Amino acid sequence: MSAHAAPIGGELWTRPYKFLAALASLGFLLMAWRYLQGLGATTNLNDGHPWGIWIAFDVVTGTALGCGGYAVAILVYLLNKGKYHPLVRSGILTSALGYSLAGLAIAIDVGRYWNIYRVQFFFWQWNLNSALLEVALCVTVYVGVLWIEMCPVVLERWRDGANPSLKRFASRTLSVLDKFMIYIVALAVLLPTMHQSTLGTIMILAGHKVHPLWQTPFLPLLFLLSVCGMGYAVVVFESTLSSWLLGRKFETTMLSALARIMAYITFAFLLLRIADLAFRGVLGLVFTSGYLSFFFLLEMALFLAPSIMAFQARVAANAGHLFQIAMMLLLGGALYRFDTYLVAFNPGPGRAYFPAVPELFITIGLVAVEIMAYIYFIRRFAILPAEAPAKAGKRG
Amino acid sequence: MEPNRRTLFKMIGAAGAAVAARSASAHETPAPPPDAAGLLYDATRCIGCKACMVACKEVNNLASDPVSRGGLYDDPVTLSAYAKTVVKAYWKEGANAYVKSQCMHCIDPACVNACMMGALQKRAHGAVTWDGSRCIGCRYCAVVCPFDVPKFEWASAFPKVVKCEMCAPLVAKGELPACARVCPRQATVYGKYTDLLKDAHNRLKTEPDRYFPKVYGEHDGGGTQVLYLSKADVSFQDLGLPALGDDPVPQTQQQVQEGIYRGFIAPISLYAGMSVVLWRRRTQKKEENA
Amino acid sequence: MTEFEAGKNGRKTTGRRAGVERRDFLKIVTMAAASLGLPAAEAASIAKGVAKGLKPSVIWLHFQECTGCTESLLRVSHPGVAELILDLVSLDYHETLFAAAGYQAEDALHSAMSQNPGKYICVVEGSIPVNENGIYCKVAGRTALDIMKEVGSNAGAIIAIGSCASWGGVQSSGPNPTGAKGVPEILKMQGISKPVVTLPGCPANAYNFLGVALQYVTLGKLPSLDALGRPMFAYGRLVHSVCPRRAHFNEGRFAQKFGDEGHRSGYCLYKLGCKGPVTHANCSVQHFDDVVGAWPIGIGHPCVGCTEKSQAFTVPMFTTADIPNPQPSWLFPPVNPNRAPMSPMSTGVGGLVGGALLGAGLMVSKKITSAAKEEKKEEGEHGA
Repeated sequence: MSAHAAPIGGELWTRPYKFLAALASLGFLLMAWRYLQGLGATTNLNDGHPWGIWIAFDVVTGTALGCGGYAVAILVYLLNKGKYHPLVRSGILTSALGYSLAGLAIAIDVGRYWNIYRVQFFFWQWNLNSALLEVALCVTVYVGVLWIEMCPVVLERWRDGANPSLKRFASRTLSVLDKFMIYIVALAVLLPTMHQSTLGTIMILAGHKVHPLWQTPFLPLLFLLSVCGMGYAVVVFESTLSSWLLGRKFETTMLSALARIMAYITFAFLLLRIADLAFRGVLGLVFTSGYLSFFFLLEMALFLAPSIMAFQARVAANAGHLFQIAMMLLLGGALYRFDTYLVAFNPGPGRAYFPAVPELFITIGLVAVEIMAYIYFIRRFAILPAEAPAKAGKRG
Repeated sequence: MEPNRRTLFKMIGAAGAAVAARSASAHETPAPPPDAAGLLYDATRCIGCKACMVACKEVNNLASDPVSRGGLYDDPVTLSAYAKTVVKAYWKEGANAYVKSQCMHCIDPACVNACMMGALQKRAHGAVTWDGSRCIGCRYCAVVCPFDVPKFEWASAFPKVVKCEMCAPLVAKGELPACARVCPRQATVYGKYTDLLKDAHNRLKTEPDRYFPKVYGEHDGGGTQVLYLSKADVSFQDLGLPALGDDPVPQTQQQVQEGIYRGFIAPISLYAGMSVVLWRRRTQKKEENA
Repeated sequence: MTEFEAGKNGRKTTGRRAGVERRDFLKIVTMAAASLGLPAAEAASIAKGVAKGLKPSVIWLHFQECTGCTESLLRVSHPGVAELILDLVSLDYHETLFAAAGYQAEDALHSAMSQNPGKYICVVEGSIPVNENGIYCKVAGRTALDIMKEVGSNAGAIIAIGSCASWGGVQSSGPNPTGAKGVPEILKMQGISKPVVTLPGCPANAYNFLGVALQYVTLGKLPSLDALGRPMFAYGRLVHSVCPRRAHFNEGRFAQKFGDEGHRSGYCLYKLGCKGPVTHANCSVQHFDDVVGAWPIGIGHPCVGCTEKSQAFTVPMFTTADIPNPQPSWLFPPVNPNRAPMSPMSTGVGGLVGGALLGAGLMVSKKITSAAKEEKKEEGEHGA
């Protein structure tokens, strides 16, 4: 556990970091504007398209990208593949940050934010039929679970640090946490299974407003399968990227195994997707739906190509190629969610939506904050696995 | 096959089976409440005078529409935060028709099903009304409504969800909803839902050449408390009303959710199973280390 | 005031006039042309025609009527009825305006008919009953049916003035005990085919009659007619299309009760039963008999649809009009709203961001690939 991970140290306020800070500040300024002037002034959301990129990307895709922790937790804890253990902490960090930012995005997106506390506390007003309620509650608890899982990271630093009172507090808390951690981990696997599938169920209620190529009662299972695939893809993506940026050794063998798991899951996804289309009798629409056909086929390509390539020897041997197929799968998963929530959502003729500039920059700001927080954590806390000093001449 | 792969596939299979086991009876088609009231709109009688739009705006204190017609004058072109009902026109040689759109007050509404905190509910007489104290403005209701009815005050920093509520405060005082009160042709009529349905069928029987042979809203989407009659050559889709099956709109989603979460068995057993596995492993590891 | 004397001869060039000069005559004729909407130059041709002594003979029949149409005609002023019957036409038979009566009057009728066969204008006021062989209206011992047949079969043109003559009028409303019918129906029954102009209205607007008569007198032809024989210049549009209260209708402002705030403000009278939307007439632009504002809606009473057989005396006065095929203006919003334009700016920014990310991703992946290759090489060299 902690013996294997270490902070990577180094200067926090590098040029790229400052650039991210600038983007984040711009995002926050725009958020202030959103609260002062309303959603109409800062977004292109309209009566035909009440949900835009803040939901489709920041919440739905953002949480899916934050399922690295979920994917690794299943592997390491449930399936007992201890060799993937070094990937756990960075996965959890990504998830914690991803879900927290998704929560922030929701706080920005909802129109009557002053009532938002009611969702968690006014249980007597809950509409138990609402799929969105399930997502909201699940995500709330899951954010808590993730930060509890992150607690050891902070606590260890205190325990190994100088301050004696913090040391005592940390040691005691760590031992308590140790006893209950398995139940937290079980939650950490249960909750995403629930809400990531329900994110698919949500769009079932939109009925004919979602194009038949996407609208299916199997949406929850399809969302769940694709998020599992994306979870492993995120781990591959993130691990490769940080290794490269920090001049560390690539964990190619581990990652190529993860890529194969990702591929199996994606094959299952594709099989289900096509079988569902055939069973509902809408296969004919694949080529006859105009621009939607293009998006559907692009999705299929972005799922299929990486799944096949994961088994190719030359791909499995090179971290860069693994990075590429991970990127493809993440794009495919993101596109699938974008399509279900936005592109294939047609409220009727005469309605259009494309994000506005402030809307885009708020999203960009949120992503910048997430990256900044990730960098801060890996530099100052024991997240990434410890290893030999960085090789000279690598990009840092 | 390695054990982990097998387990993985087992998990996926279990999840799939759970989803496939949709309960057919868990979500019953609800009946309208016994005192259900509704509107009957007869497109053959409507003359497009817009008295209903004017009265609705007055009664609901709606602001002037700054968007349609370039903000030059208050003439909403579709439902919005500035118009809870709109009269639109359908042009066809020899069969022009008007259509009044507003909330359909469905018997099993998608929006009521969707709303997390129950801000939208069927209240007195089955009218679907909005409670601002509960609403968080997530707009899920707007996403799911098959008639595209709930609208949002995009231009406000403290937005509301805006839609026809069948003049619930007026009805509570024993008055008629504004649109039904002012209609000069009685094209829009308010009354007991069962009476209106009977009246609608009566009109179809008495003047079959005048009407399209169907009462829209009798079964569509599980039934709506606002019923429509159309002219003989004008289909309801021409008037902008979607072709919905007879199933209540929330039925599919409810069946899926029930199938997965019925009695919370699946989540609890999954959690219990995982906890057991993890506990066993930890015990094993402790024994190994000891 | 001029005097008129009916002579034995139906065709008179002039009656006995008290000092009407040519200048005055031209004035009269110009007025007549103006009321037809003809350019001033046509006045000259009217004058020429009249000067040549070519005043057409007019035989005016009365049947089941109240004489309201004649009374209306008596109150016109441009031209006045005197100028009309003295200078422009030769009124050879008119039971109301004749000084004569009895056999004398009937003789005038017959001589007018025999002297101008196929050329006289037959104006009919009032409907013709057909039940029991038409005994419910008899003049000089003959049924209206017979008179119509006799006079109509030899006329040059037939003008049915008023709703009664056009389609049956009030007496034809249910149960129609006398079997009252309009002139076009009667002529069809009798197999007489002559050009028929109907001028419905209760009473008909006298200026519509003048317009038709004077056009026939001067240009020798009748105005363009619709399928029911109504001149298009007067009956081509609905009252609703030219109503001064239309803006109120369009914006939903209605008088709910007589005397209420809306009524006193001049709001639309549709809710009080105005048949304007289904009635063809020009009352809103041609007010009654030169009194400005003298028309039903103008004085605050809903139009009763007196020109339309389907409305007048059939649909109750205060029942709202049914509009079978409305004509929405282009201002009405269509069933599906029009697409809102996409901002090119946001599309541009979005595209740039997306493109930049993809590009960065590709570049990074290439670098990682080469870095991984190098790493492998180093490992191979070090035997790791």
